[in-house]
Amino acid sequence: MTEALLALFFREIQISRRIGGSGSIGVVFFLILVTITPFAIGPDLNLLSRIGPAILWIAALLSTLLGLDRLFQSDCEDGSLDLLRIGSAPLELVVAVKCLAHWTVTGLPLVIFTPLFGLMLALDSPTLWGVVISLLVGTPALTFIGAIGAALTVSLRRGGLLMAVLILPFTVPVLIFGVSTAGAAGGGVIPFWTPFLVQCALTLGSLALAPFAAAAALRGDD
Amino acid sequence: MLRYANPANFLWLANRLIPWLGASSAALAALGLYGAFFVAPADYQQGETVRIMFIHVPAAWLSTFIYGVMTLSALGTLVWRHPLADVAQKAAAPLGAAFTLICLVTGSLWGKPMWGTWWVWDARLTSVLVLFLIYLGLVALWQTIEDPARAARAAAILTLVGVVNLPVIKFSVDWWNTLHQPASVFRMGGPTIDKSMLWPLLVMAIAATLLFLTLHLMAIRNEILRRRLRRLSIIAAADETAGHAFSPGAAQ
Repeated sequence: MTEALLALFFREIQISRRIGGSGSIGVVFFLILVTITPFAIGPDLNLLSRIGPAILWIAALLSTLLGLDRLFQSDCEDGSLDLLRIGSAPLELVVAVKCLAHWTVTGLPLVIFTPLFGLMLALDSPTLWGVVISLLVGTPALTFIGAIGAALTVSLRRGGLLMAVLILPFTVPVLIFGVSTAGAAGGGVIPFWTPFLVQCALTLGSLALAPFAAAAALRGDD
Repeated sequence: MLRYANPANFLWLANRLIPWLGASSAALAALGLYGAFFVAPADYQQGETVRIMFIHVPAAWLSTFIYGVMTLSALGTLVWRHPLADVAQKAAAPLGAAFTLICLVTGSLWGKPMWGTWWVWDARLTSVLVLFLIYLGLVALWQTIEDPARAARAAAILTLVGVVNLPVIKFSVDWWNTLHQPASVFRMGGPTIDKSMLWPLLVMAIAATLLFLTLHLMAIRNEILRRRLRRLSIIAAADETAGHAFSPGAAQ
């Protein structure tokens, strides 16, 4: 079973590399969001550095959302989802592995490019590393929560907007603790570990629970 | 009790219950509003604006109560696959959204004179706003997926996921230091609210609950009839196409 899951993991990564786009387009979208915010609020560097962590987090949240509708949809269209469903590995684990692979190609690049984009927002270096660490820990939770929405809307032709409406409310806690982790790293009254550990808990909790909800949604879809 | 899980028997029961529930809700609301406006005194700090409480608090209780009803229905859909459960869930979602909206709007109107602002981003207000968004998401999900059985399953899963928000709403006033006041009716050591204000509040809460039950039964009844209509029109359409296929005119 482990072999099957490993094979699935590499298959997902290979597909996304061959199709191209998903990861790099996500990063470009991330960059565009970071770029248009100063246009909207003005190029005041003091203001930007104060709200920089929030801008980066919202941009990461929206970029994650962008790729999620393809998480199960292409597999559903070409029938490989049916094969995965009747395969030996439990569907919950399949979902978890697909999420991990999806995060590796879409979430991880965002984390890697964050230091660069953070410089554009004039973040000081402790805050910048705070944002990077909080994104590294927090974006998997966004993918796992998003998988529920992706599974619920898998058979809808234009499910993307609905998926965003369904899952964005559930990402609020991740966003809150992500931004406060970054803020705490940059100094402040809250010790760094308090929001950071809560965020780790959110990610682990969503890793443990979301695959069950997503698998239940996928199973019901026949 | 199980007999009324059959839609036909349920319709029979609902038709008899709805007038009584509606009438008692109206009577209790009249009594409660009388108590709220003429019997209960103005608050020594808040003055007359405290009377907003008699709408705000029942709506807030109902917004979480309805989510509880929907959670039970979702379990009914997923575990027992009962068709009435998903009808009940579908019917409750817009009502829940409406009561949550009433709660948010009255709270905002109450906040302006008391806190000096229409809205603050404190934990209680934000978590109720998230509840409102979850209700809207559920309504959107029901509207988007055409096949009722599949929509029911999807909505049930989302409802169960959304349950995590309920304890956050309930305990937000205790966990965080919020502008919103902590619980003053259902708390250890009895209510901290005066009797002259407590009884109209409880009467209004019962009236609002009965109003919800009335509207819920009516919505369930509509949904059962709507599905029956849908089934009949599908059968009629199938008959018609079958009739055409065998009619001599179709061959030409």
